[in-house]
Amino acid sequence: MSLARGRPGASEHQPDTFTFSKTNLEEAERIMARYPQGRTASAVMPLLDLAQRQAGWVPVAAMDTVADMLAMPRIRVYEVATFYTMFNLEPVGRYLVQVCTTTPCMLRDSDAIVEACRSRLGIDFDETTPDGLFTLKEVECLGACVNAPMVQINDDYYEDLDAGSMVAVLDALARGDRPQSGPQAGRHASEPQSGPRTLTGGD
Amino acid sequence: MKETVSITIDGVEIEVDRRLSLLQACELAGAEVPRFCFHDRLSIAGNCRMCLVEVAKAPKPVASCAQSLMDGMVVSTRSAVARKAQRSAMEFLLINHPLDCPICDQGGECDLQDQAMGYGAGISRYGEQKRSVAEKNFGPLIKTSMTRCIHCTRCIRFLDEVAGVPALGATGRGESMEITNYIEQGIASELSGNIIDLCPVGALTSGPYAFVARPWELVTTESVDVMDATGSNVRVDSRGREVLRVLPRLHEDINEEWISDKTRFAIDGLVRRRLDRPWMRGREGLGEVSWEQALGAASQRLENRDATRVAAIAGDLVDCETLFAMKRLMAAIGSPHMDCRQDGMAADPTVRASWLLNSTIAGIEDADACLLIGALPRREAAIVNARLRKRWLAGGFSVASVGPVDDHSYPVKELGNLTDALRRIEAGESPFPGAANPLVIAGKGALARDDGEAVLGAAARIADALGAVHGDWNGFGVLNVAASRVGGLDLGFVPAAGGFDTAGILAGAGSAVDTVILLGADEIDTSNLAGAFVIYIGHHGDRGAAVADVILPAAAWTEKDATYVNLEGRPQRAQRAVFPPGEAREDWRILRALSGHLGMPLPFDDLDSLRQEMTGEVPHLGAIDTITPAAWQSFGSTRDMSDEPFLPAIGNFYRTCTISRASPTMSLATNAFPSGVQQSASCS
Repeated sequence: MSLARGRPGASEHQPDTFTFSKTNLEEAERIMARYPQGRTASAVMPLLDLAQRQAGWVPVAAMDTVADMLAMPRIRVYEVATFYTMFNLEPVGRYLVQVCTTTPCMLRDSDAIVEACRSRLGIDFDETTPDGLFTLKEVECLGACVNAPMVQINDDYYEDLDAGSMVAVLDALARGDRPQSGPQAGRHASEPQSGPRTLTGGD
Repeated sequence: MKETVSITIDGVEIEVDRRLSLLQACELAGAEVPRFCFHDRLSIAGNCRMCLVEVAKAPKPVASCAQSLMDGMVVSTRSAVARKAQRSAMEFLLINHPLDCPICDQGGECDLQDQAMGYGAGISRYGEQKRSVAEKNFGPLIKTSMTRCIHCTRCIRFLDEVAGVPALGATGRGESMEITNYIEQGIASELSGNIIDLCPVGALTSGPYAFVARPWELVTTESVDVMDATGSNVRVDSRGREVLRVLPRLHEDINEEWISDKTRFAIDGLVRRRLDRPWMRGREGLGEVSWEQALGAASQRLENRDATRVAAIAGDLVDCETLFAMKRLMAAIGSPHMDCRQDGMAADPTVRASWLLNSTIAGIEDADACLLIGALPRREAAIVNARLRKRWLAGGFSVASVGPVDDHSYPVKELGNLTDALRRIEAGESPFPGAANPLVIAGKGALARDDGEAVLGAAARIADALGAVHGDWNGFGVLNVAASRVGGLDLGFVPAAGGFDTAGILAGAGSAVDTVILLGADEIDTSNLAGAFVIYIGHHGDRGAAVADVILPAAAWTEKDATYVNLEGRPQRAQRAVFPPGEAREDWRILRALSGHLGMPLPFDDLDSLRQEMTGEVPHLGAIDTITPAAWQSFGSTRDMSDEPFLPAIGNFYRTCTISRASPTMSLATNAFPSGVQQSASCS
């Protein structure tokens, strides 16, 4: 994880302004309406998320826009945006590949997943492929240890990976397909690998 | 519910107010509890963990700053458990703190240093990598060394709460947490320097004072500030002949423990552009002369004149003793033309209530509404503005303004910028109906104009109409900006019968008036004085000295024992910290010498007898640090006000007087913060 989260991303990427699209603005107003009057600052995280979905990342201009919409000091928004690593403070590729390397995934050979990503994409952590498709990131536990090893790509989890299935997922994404998310080793959810063992018979 | 609780601290049983925190109660019981993040005047954060104490029946040590009191609590601040907890907290704090005390400006006056000595372990068990943090741009006034930061968040809370400029925050998390403004734009608050004092370590230090001196080399003198009319209590730290820094001194009723950035940082103007010897204008412009020659020339000019063609204007930094001596000298000469209001701000010289902030600064906290008339307190009296904000934060306080729109650091109902709004309020259209103790504060922007008398009258009638004056409450106030002004008016340094005021003197210069004595008066249109013989008595080579025919070099505020009366009417004493440079002398001595040359010596040869004479004439000037309330009478004019909008009295907060104009630090601040004060930021 980059230690520089406390500072704005490189200025050459930072746009001067940010405006929500018409649909997102309507969505933002719906979100803000959930909170009582004078308490709309509570909407800061959903709004930042909305901005990230629109721009792919959260530029400082977007934080400023959110702060002004919620009538809160800008620094309060910067604090939130820099606290949560899920907010991207620098531009990322179309697919943000977040590889979990925390202990359970590591024990299930996440190193092979990392290596597969590196060689398939030709990039290291915190880098983006030249075609702008993929950004690779190393993250801490994403809470799917039972299906380790796993990666998160945008909003989807890909679990029970090995080097081969990892490359297959990346290949599919590169082709423009949307591979089926979830376990890639044939099992349903987190059932035992060898098939269901309980509640299988009639009585 | 009972107001007090009885608790036992280190074996001492005491009764204390139940609203206190445990840490405050411990202090009252005489127990010293170490702390970094806790501060009396800021909200409680509880994040440094240094104030851990042992509370009986509590499962683990308790952060005393954030612990409320309960009856029968038994607390130990020095037990083995408490000591171990404090030692451990200190060990954690020191893990990432560099051991760079020898090159740190905070060294010798550092809370972390002191408390590490008192509560730390003495050795470090930490052998890993220490983190380092990039420096931040907090503007030209504040130097950062963020690796030293222990994340107490005092600076964040001060700017949020007291200054009302939420510029700082903590970004990132865990190991990568940083105190920053994120976008590197400097801290545009007129009170920003206070975070230097608040910082318990060397992370935030004074920019101009960087590597200048160690605290033990400095001689401290207790004094009062003259950069505005607030009269902030300060300590002046000097070494040899130079004032090196100014820090706030606690005065609950004035500045609490804050001072404005101008007070703190303008002092480097004290050693620049100084008049350190007498000068006289000859055929080839100004030339250096001896005191004897300069005084001889001045007295010769005064002797041979028709007394009624001599006039005196006093500037904004002049002390009471000087004003009194000057007034006496004018009386001896026989001239009625004198004024201590270079800006022509309206006041009724017979009604003291017409030039004071009658509510007093501390009294603002008893008010429940405030009407500002042409006043921008954030620029004109930053400390008073901090008090208004404090009152607003406490709730139930509405502020309305007739004047230029400004960011006041609290929400203000703008009633427009035309005198018409005043007429409507006077007619009964109250901006805050039902307020019991409203304030009506008129500023220089409203009173220093041609119809100032009329605006003053309207403001007084509005005060009556809003019920701002009743019983013990007098909510009418004038927001003076000149440190000398209230003292000057108290002393009656105004035109005597048939005399000219400042505008009259300037208009008549060269005709009705041919000799003008400027007592540090630089904020006037000096081009009018070309036709007159000008005697300048002051300490800086500024506009006044530029047109002078004789310059008599005087002492600045840090160089003399002097009385100043602040805007609430509180006489206070400034004390000499250093000697005046070169041949410059204290102002009253110059006037005494001049009177001797004129053959009409003033009846005092030392400061004590001068003060005796002065307090004989104006007794309340002897009541140091005491406010003598002024009686409420009608004043001001009933003439109609003009329809001109009010203008801001101070365009640039950082450069308002000869000292601040000579200060390189203030010009850096001006460049960094062109608006004088920050214009955006919501009020939270």
